[in-house]
Amino acid sequence: MLQIENIRKTFPGVVALDSVSFTVAPGEIHTLLGENGAGKSTLMNVLTGLYRPERGRMLLRGQPVQFGSPRDSLAQGIGMVHQHFMLVAGHSVFENILLALDGIPNLFSRRRLKARVRAVIEEFDLDLDLETPVWKLSIGAQQWIELIKLLMRDCRLLILDEPTAVLTPQESDRLFAVLDKLKAQGKSIIFISHKMREVMAISDRVTVLKKGRSLTTLVRGAFDEKRLAALMIGADRIPRWEKRMHVGKELVLEISDLSVRNDRGLSDLDSFSIKLHRGEILGIAGVAGNGQKALAEVLTGLKTASRGRILAAGYDITRSTARSSYIAGIAHIPEDRKSIGIAPDLTVDENLIMKSFKQRSFRHWIFQNKQAIRRNAEEKIAQFAIKAGPGGSPVRYLSGGNIQKVIIARELSEQPTVLVALYPTRGLDIGSAEYVHKVMADGAGRGMSTLLISEDLDELLKISDRIAVMFRGRLVGCVDPQNTTREAIGLMMSGEVRP
Amino acid sequence: MKLIAEKRETRSRLFRFGAPLVSVLAALFVAGFLLLAAGVSPAQAYLEIVREALGSGYGLSETLVKATPLIFAGLGVSLAFRMQIWNIGAEGQIYMGAMGASWVALFSGIESHGLMLAGMFCAAFACGGLWAGVAGLLRARWRVNEVIVTLLMNYIAILWVDYLIFGPWKDPKGFNFPLTAQFSEAARFSEYFDTRLHSGFFLALCCALLIYLFMERTIWGYQIKVIGSNPQAARYAGMKTGLAIFLVLFLSGAVAGIAGFSEVAGLQHRLQHGISPGYGYTAIIIAWLAKRSALGVVVVSLLMGVLLVGGDSLQISWQLPIAFVSAFQGLILFFLLAADFFVQYRLRLDRETDHA
Repeated sequence: MLQIENIRKTFPGVVALDSVSFTVAPGEIHTLLGENGAGKSTLMNVLTGLYRPERGRMLLRGQPVQFGSPRDSLAQGIGMVHQHFMLVAGHSVFENILLALDGIPNLFSRRRLKARVRAVIEEFDLDLDLETPVWKLSIGAQQWIELIKLLMRDCRLLILDEPTAVLTPQESDRLFAVLDKLKAQGKSIIFISHKMREVMAISDRVTVLKKGRSLTTLVRGAFDEKRLAALMIGADRIPRWEKRMHVGKELVLEISDLSVRNDRGLSDLDSFSIKLHRGEILGIAGVAGNGQKALAEVLTGLKTASRGRILAAGYDITRSTARSSYIAGIAHIPEDRKSIGIAPDLTVDENLIMKSFKQRSFRHWIFQNKQAIRRNAEEKIAQFAIKAGPGGSPVRYLSGGNIQKVIIARELSEQPTVLVALYPTRGLDIGSAEYVHKVMADGAGRGMSTLLISEDLDELLKISDRIAVMFRGRLVGCVDPQNTTREAIGLMMSGEVRP
Repeated sequence: MKLIAEKRETRSRLFRFGAPLVSVLAALFVAGFLLLAAGVSPAQAYLEIVREALGSGYGLSETLVKATPLIFAGLGVSLAFRMQIWNIGAEGQIYMGAMGASWVALFSGIESHGLMLAGMFCAAFACGGLWAGVAGLLRARWRVNEVIVTLLMNYIAILWVDYLIFGPWKDPKGFNFPLTAQFSEAARFSEYFDTRLHSGFFLALCCALLIYLFMERTIWGYQIKVIGSNPQAARYAGMKTGLAIFLVLFLSGAVAGIAGFSEVAGLQHRLQHGISPGYGYTAIIIAWLAKRSALGVVVVSLLMGVLLVGGDSLQISWQLPIAFVSAFQGLILFFLLAADFFVQYRLRLDRETDHA
C-alpha cells in the first residue's frame, strides 16, 4: 500500500527526521511508537503533504508520489484525523461532512447525500444524528465525524494522530471496534500513540521511532510491552551528573489526596499525594496528559482542587489565587511559554517585572520606577546570559531559549521556596537546556525545592533526587534515580505498578 | 509561481513610522480621483484646504476648535485599544457626556463659574464612563462582544438626547426648535483671541498629557499593556483582568464623554441635535493612525482638524458635499490597515523549485 524509504527532513538547527523507512500493507493497523520529539508529527506532516522531505521517497501502491499540499495527498486517498478536530461547532453534523466533500454539484440532492452518510453511519454502528449541531456532541462523537469525512472521500489510508488522547476509556474501545471494521474492509490505518496498552491491543505491526530514525518494525507476537518500552526509551547509558544532594528533612510542600476535575467532569488528578522536601528536586515522570498539567496548575493557583489539601511550609494554600500562591513562594515555569509565560509585545525589562511590578522597589507611589526596572533587567540579563537584543525591542523577537531564560529569571528572582517547572527544556537547544538544569541545581543548593515535570527521562534521571511516576492522574510510585532503569520507569509510565 | 506572505522577523523603525505617512499620501492620491470626478483640480483643492485651515489666524483657531473633541474622543478610544478592547462607541459616549454636562448646566442653579464647570465636568465624566461601563460589565462578566454593544449603544444615546431636546428639555421660549435653553454665563468656557477657541482645547492638551503619563509611567498603564499583549499571561501573573476591562472601558468612555462637555460648554452653549457629526467614529481612525499613543492622538487630531476646516471651505467654494471628507477619512483607514499588513509581512514569489 504505502512504502516509505529513508525520509529525511530538517528544520533550521534541528534534524526532525533522519532516516525513516517503513511499509504499510492493505488491511493493516500499523502503529508508530515514539517519545515526544521522536519525529512522529513531522513524519505525518510529510505523509499528508504539509512538509516536503529533503531526501528519500514515498511509494503509494508501487508508484512514487510527491505531495505539494494536503490536497494532493487527500486526492490520493490518504486522510488524517488530527488531534484537534477541524469542525465548525455551530453547524450540524451533516453540514460539517458536506464541507469536507469535493466535487459536489452546485445543485445537489440533499436527500441522496444524506442517505450516503447514513449508510456509512449504519455500517459502522455509530450513534450519530445528522442534524445535531457539533457543539452538542461528545468529543468521541466529534471524532467519528472526522472519520466519516475521510470515509466519504474514499480514503484508503487513514492516519490517526493520538486519537485516544482526548477520549475516555469507553470511547476508546468504541473507536477500536470501528478501526477493526475498517481493517476488515481492507483499509490501512496508521495509528500514532504512546499508550502501551492500546498499542498492544490493536496493532498488527509496530514501528518504533527514536530521534528521527525508524529503529525497527515488529510483527504482532514479536513484541510485548517490555520490549517496546525498552526500544522506545532506548538503552543508552544514563548520563551521570556529579550532583550534590541538598535534600533536607524539612517538608516544604505536602500534597495529600488531591483531586482535580477537568472541564468535562473527568478527573485530571485523582487522589494524588506527594511530599516535597527542602532542597529536593523531585522529578515527575509520565506520558503527557496524565495529570501533570493539572498538578502544576493547582499548585500555582490557576485551578482549584475539588478534593484534598496542599500545605506549603505548614500553611494551607489549597484555595488561593495565583497571587497569593506566589506570595506563599511558589514559582512557575509554564508549559506553553509563548502563550502564558510572557507578554510578547512588551520589552524584556517589562516582562521581567510582570509578577513583581507592585513591589516598592519598582515604583514610586503609582509611578513605575524606570531606572530600577532597567537596573533589574541589566542584572538579570547578565546573570542568566540572556541574549536580549537592543533595549526596547519586544520580547517576542527572542529565540525560544532566551524567552525561557526570561521566564526563569523572573520566576527565580523572588527567591522562591518552591519551583514548579513544566517541561522546562522542551524545544531548547542543548546549551540552554544545560543552563536550565544548572539553575535548578544551584537553586537546590540555596534550599529551593523543585517539582520538575518532564517527559524526558534523560533529564529526570540526570538531575532529580527522586522520581515520581504518574499515570491517569494517580501516583504509580516513586523511584530513586540511582537505582532504577529506564525500562522500570517506562513500565510504570504505562500504568504498571512496581514496588 | 505563488505569492507567499511571510512574517517579518524584525520591523524597521522606518517602516513602522513611515507606514502611516505613506497611507495618508496614498489616500490623498486616490481621493484626487474623486475630486477629478467632481470636476475639481486636486492640487487646487488640497492647496485650498491647507490655506483655509492654516493660512489665517481665524483658520488656525477653527482647526484647533475642530481638533478639540477629536483629541478627547481619540484619547478615550486609544486607551481601550491599548488593551485590545474595541470601543466603537465614542460617538454615543460624547452624546451622554454632553447630556450630563447640560443637565448640570440647566438644572443645578450653581452660580460660581469654577464650581459650575467642575460639576459639568464630573457629570460628563460619569455619564460617558457609565455608558461605556455597561459594555465593560457585559464583556467582563459574560464575555459579550464589546464591539457590538458599544456600537449599538451609540444609536440609543443619540436618540435619547433627541428625545430630551424634542421633549422635556426643550426651551419653552425656543419657538419649538429642538434645542435646550442657552446655558448661563457660569456654564460657558472662556474664549480667546476674539475667536471661537475655548478652554476646552487646553483641557484636551492637559488630558493628553495625563493619559500619556498614565499609560507610560504608572503601574496601571503597565497592567493595561500586559493584558493587551497577553491576557492569559496577565491572569497568570495575578492581574485581575475582568476588573481591568471594566475600568478601562469606563475610563475610555469617560474621556470621550468630556468631549461632549467641551462641545456644549465651549461652542454650542446648549444641548441640541447633532452635537457631534461623527467625531466618535473619526476618533477610531485617529487612534489607529496615532498607533494608540496619547501624544500621537494630539498630532493626528490636529491634522484631522485641518481636514475638517478645509473640507468646510471646499463645500463653500466648490459645492463639494461634506461626504467627501468622510470618504477621505475612510480611505486613510483603508490604506492604513493595508499598510499594517505590509509592516508585519513581506511578500515573496515562490518559484516551484524543489528543495531536494
